[in-house]
Amino acid sequence: MTNAAPETPEDSTSLGLSRGKRARPLFDPPIVRRAIADSIVKLNPRTLARNPVMFVVEVGAALTTLLLFKTIATGGGGIGFELQIAAWLWFTVFFANFAEAMAEGRGKAQADSLRKTKSDAMAKKLTAAGKVEMVPASALRKDDVCLCEPNDVIPGDGDVIEGIASVDESVITGESAPVIRESGGDRSAVTGGTKVLSDYIKVRITSNPGETFLDRMIALVEGAQRQKTPNEIALNIMIAGLTLIFLFAVITLAPFAQYSVAHAKTGAVPGVIVLVSLLVCLIPTTIGGLLSAIGIAGMDRVMQHNVLAMSGKAVEAAGDVNTLLLDKTGTITLGNRQAVEFIPVDGVTAAELADAAQLSSLADETPEGRSIVVLAKEKYGLRGRDIAEHEAEFIAFTAQTRMSGINFEGNQIRKGATGSVRQFIEENGGVFPQKASDTADAISRTGGTPLVVSMNNRVLGVIHLKDIVKGGMKERFAQMRMMGIRTVMITGDNPLTAAAIAAEAGVDDFLAQATPQDKLELIRKEQAGGRLVAMTGDGTNDAPALAQADVGVAMNTGTMAAKEAGNMVDLDSNPTKLIEVVAIGKQLLITRGALTTFSIANDVAKYFAIIPAMFAVTYPPLNRLNIMGLHTPESAILAAVIFNALIIIALVPLALRGVKYRPLSAGALLQRNLLVYGLGGVLAPFPGIWIIDRLLAVLHLA
Amino acid sequence: MTSNGWLQIAIFFALVVACTKPLGIFIANVMEGRGTWLSPVLRPFENLIYKLCGVRRGDDGLPAEQTWTRYAASLLAFSAFSTLLLYAMQRLQILLPFNPRGFSANTVSPDLAFNTAVSFNTNTNWQNYVPETTLSYFVQMAGLTVHNFLSAAAGLGIAMALVRGFARHSVQTIGNFWADLTRATLYILLPLSFVIALVLCSQGVIQNLNAYTAVTTLEGVKQTIAQGPVASQEAIKMLGTNGGGFFNANSAHPFENPTAFTNLLEMFLIFLIPAALTYTFGKMVRDTRQGWALFAAMTILWFAGTLTAYHFEQQGTPALRKAGIEMTATSTAASAQSGGNMEGKETRFGIANTALFATVTTDASCGAINGWHDSFTPLGGLVPLFNIQLGEVVFGGVGAGLYGMLMFAILAVFIAGLMVGRTPEYLGKKIEKKEVKMAMIAMLVLAASILFFAGASSVAEFAKNSYWNTPGPAAANTNNPGAHGLSEILYAFTSATGNNGSAFGGLNGNTVWYNLTLGFAMLIGRFMMLLPLLAIAGSLAGKKQIPVSAGTFPTHGPLFVSLLVGVVVIVGALTYFPALSLGPIVEHLML
Repeated sequence: MTNAAPETPEDSTSLGLSRGKRARPLFDPPIVRRAIADSIVKLNPRTLARNPVMFVVEVGAALTTLLLFKTIATGGGGIGFELQIAAWLWFTVFFANFAEAMAEGRGKAQADSLRKTKSDAMAKKLTAAGKVEMVPASALRKDDVCLCEPNDVIPGDGDVIEGIASVDESVITGESAPVIRESGGDRSAVTGGTKVLSDYIKVRITSNPGETFLDRMIALVEGAQRQKTPNEIALNIMIAGLTLIFLFAVITLAPFAQYSVAHAKTGAVPGVIVLVSLLVCLIPTTIGGLLSAIGIAGMDRVMQHNVLAMSGKAVEAAGDVNTLLLDKTGTITLGNRQAVEFIPVDGVTAAELADAAQLSSLADETPEGRSIVVLAKEKYGLRGRDIAEHEAEFIAFTAQTRMSGINFEGNQIRKGATGSVRQFIEENGGVFPQKASDTADAISRTGGTPLVVSMNNRVLGVIHLKDIVKGGMKERFAQMRMMGIRTVMITGDNPLTAAAIAAEAGVDDFLAQATPQDKLELIRKEQAGGRLVAMTGDGTNDAPALAQADVGVAMNTGTMAAKEAGNMVDLDSNPTKLIEVVAIGKQLLITRGALTTFSIANDVAKYFAIIPAMFAVTYPPLNRLNIMGLHTPESAILAAVIFNALIIIALVPLALRGVKYRPLSAGALLQRNLLVYGLGGVLAPFPGIWIIDRLLAVLHLA
Repeated sequence: MTSNGWLQIAIFFALVVACTKPLGIFIANVMEGRGTWLSPVLRPFENLIYKLCGVRRGDDGLPAEQTWTRYAASLLAFSAFSTLLLYAMQRLQILLPFNPRGFSANTVSPDLAFNTAVSFNTNTNWQNYVPETTLSYFVQMAGLTVHNFLSAAAGLGIAMALVRGFARHSVQTIGNFWADLTRATLYILLPLSFVIALVLCSQGVIQNLNAYTAVTTLEGVKQTIAQGPVASQEAIKMLGTNGGGFFNANSAHPFENPTAFTNLLEMFLIFLIPAALTYTFGKMVRDTRQGWALFAAMTILWFAGTLTAYHFEQQGTPALRKAGIEMTATSTAASAQSGGNMEGKETRFGIANTALFATVTTDASCGAINGWHDSFTPLGGLVPLFNIQLGEVVFGGVGAGLYGMLMFAILAVFIAGLMVGRTPEYLGKKIEKKEVKMAMIAMLVLAASILFFAGASSVAEFAKNSYWNTPGPAAANTNNPGAHGLSEILYAFTSATGNNGSAFGGLNGNTVWYNLTLGFAMLIGRFMMLLPLLAIAGSLAGKKQIPVSAGTFPTHGPLFVSLLVGVVVIVGALTYFPALSLGPIVEHLML
């Protein structure tokens, strides 16, 4: 995949929060149109009751509207003012709904395109007698077996139990290159809706209709099963609590005003419409209106990176992660060891060694073997020979000999680990040279893997196989460290090799010779210490660890068991993406915190606008608090209400896109955000309300 | 403002700073049951008390640890029992000894006895009665003074329970209420009070059981001078941040607060334990920087309050200036004038020490006064009022200040903590639904109590022959009309809900209506704060402790201190600004 490119810390979206290939423009016209329609539907009080803050605004808007009608019916004055307040209160609710609908709309559009691919294909079901029977895919149940031939759409999720085929999974992953699916091993899982391109496979269905991966994916991107995350619930409680406190403050203002008016013997107790306006301005409508949009948009951002999060909780947990477990192979290193050097011993030339090494590897299809052939070709111009012309016998790697090689023109060429080759040579009456074992040790110490090459009973030299650390990983791990996240490399290598690679890659710790059980235990140990752990995995034996981890990202190429166990699936199967997922989680939480702080800080200015306006007649001296110099009491109240509504719509892009995230230490991040959203939140409304007040005056609206 | 005034304020604060660490360590050792230099003498008494009271012991012979629900149940049972006892004591005082004036149930109506019993039990010490004409020496000593000890000890215990919630992890228990109560009283409050009472006596505070003295004044007027065991009550009144005066004039009375030295001592005593508790907190959570951070936030708020009150009192009012009164302080031999607003202030103490006293007594939930807050300038008087509305978290009451501030810390961390990209945590404990819910309940109920009771009292009207109050509006019980009257009502319910007990003055509260509403406000203010906090303590204790990393929200630096101060002020201001704008603020603007 494409996003391993390292970025510099100066880059604002540093940890690779680049747009995935599914990115859409923020305000896609069809989505906007749909969101507008949805926002009106969402005015239904039963829907809105889930959001206490906006529900209070809606009740206030309804009350204001009723009083407006009463004023119209009785022919009272101030209709213009009441009409505008009522309209802007409705707009406040509408804007909040719009934000949520926009966030949902992006997912819905995606779900629609997924649904299109879910045509009701016919499946070739295999009966017990082994006959093929054509049934609709929806009729298939768990444990049914069906046959998939070229151009067949695989009818449901399942395991390949026979055969091998190339499969087009672009429906799910967006990646057009076909992948191989075969029975047994870790590449046996197939997903319903994908298409067989060549060969045939027999698939045992593992899920009932409606429960397939595609179904779940549609439900997830659509937000149908969206549940509030723990932090979102807590935040909701807080803003609901604040709403109640402000409700008390505003309700009790009525008796205080009554007392004051009675004693000042002038003016009037502020009417319901004015009190409602004050209440709506004070309650945290900004965060209340945008909270769910932030959560949905966070899920959506994960989706844009082609990662499917099974719950918002998982995304939230990603931001909290303290420890990242990263598989060495494929995540930190380029996957396979590669030959980088031929080191001959005892009078052998490098070219001779390379020649023998290449010969022994010609039939070796492992990536290491191929890299030896390539290195010999690149460095010494040795071409692969047509060995069929010669008398050649390949010796395959076995667990007993732990060597592979070739018998070629009477020579026994072998390559293998130091110990194995030593045994082989000594059994054949040779001497294993000291220099060879020194060289091998030296290679091991640097994290490489030595492969000793011998011919008959003589050692020719050592091949240096090396793990290649991906570019930019060191910088990323340094950023992680700055954010307080510890990275642990998991590898099956011996501790010596592991330590060298760990040092080169700059991870904080490593787990060498790791078994799945070791991995699980490491996770448990970290969690017992209060840490949250994230990991990636693909094999069935990773499943317990994936389930135990707080954030478990399963690779889409992995087995069904792994996908079921994790709480995220990476459709690109790129384990490095775990780092991006963490960044998105953090960004989601920061956005929430920033808007909460901003919302509460905003209230200060609103008091200065509304309180003097309310008691302009009763207590004229209070006008000295009108530091913005707002025109009239009506324009002041109206300006505050309008500002309060407009700020929601103004912050929709921020809520959907997320606050810019920089990988900094918590202290630096907090200082920056407190300044921008805390202090900024206190100051911003003053000019904002002032400008609106001027406009209202110019337009003769108040 | 004079350099002399500032010097005195500086001396006061230097004393507080000097004692914070040593006393903080001592309190931590006592409350964790470790040995102290007092243990050889007091340990046998401690064990005897446990034995006599039948306190359940664990396998180690120490009082058994309690879950938060058991802790809360013990607290409630104890409070209910002791409140009833105090009620009975007042009503039956004629049958009890040490009653030279022969006060009976006639001087203490049932509603007044209820108000007073609740008041002393909740560490409020709101006094709707005039002590010297209402209560016998016995009730003052065995009733009120005992409650002064126990209500402070209970508050200290609850603060410790909350701190244990932070300090412990993955356990269900938060300490033992009876052990906390016993240890706080026996090792901390009693020994200190004993010494302080003696010092006060040396300065002229009286301590006797004599009958009142009848004298003829220089003007030839006959006057009765009240007597009594004052010093023993005075010490704990200040040390336990109780504030209920032996006399109606409280610490303005020369028998309670005779000299400039006792005045300094009394102010110092208010802050002594609350300030030390910040250090105790830091020590118990194994990071003293955390305690100093709270101390710093409290200091900023204290200083801002003192500065404001002192400034406006020294500035006086336009009316005084118009009357030709010198508003500038002078200190020449020819003219040594205090200047400023001296109305309601003792000339012994002057403006600086009265402004400081008013600030300190309301920063903490003490409520003792050495001058009349009612006579302060509007903004000078706003300081004590707003201090209480902030929740008395500026050092605060014994225990109450710490747990109140910790609640704000939880809230501050929750609001702003997300901005570091992690779900909020404080001292390694995740702040989640339960903590937020409980903190919001506490804030909400307290705000409701202040606003609704004050709102109702500002508009309630009573019919002729009403049982509840004198006929007419409840607001007529105030001395002043208009904005100042509203301040008086608001102050009363703020003081009661905040468990402060200081009176703005100027409100006749001894009617059934006010006795009951203020009584309920005190109960709400105490228990609707304590119960949610104990729930938080229980929840926190059960959580894992997340290790600190570079990604952790730092809660010890200047950044956190300013955030905490900001949250305290903004939350307080947002809640009460509308009400305050019609009281002290408009009054100031109308000067």
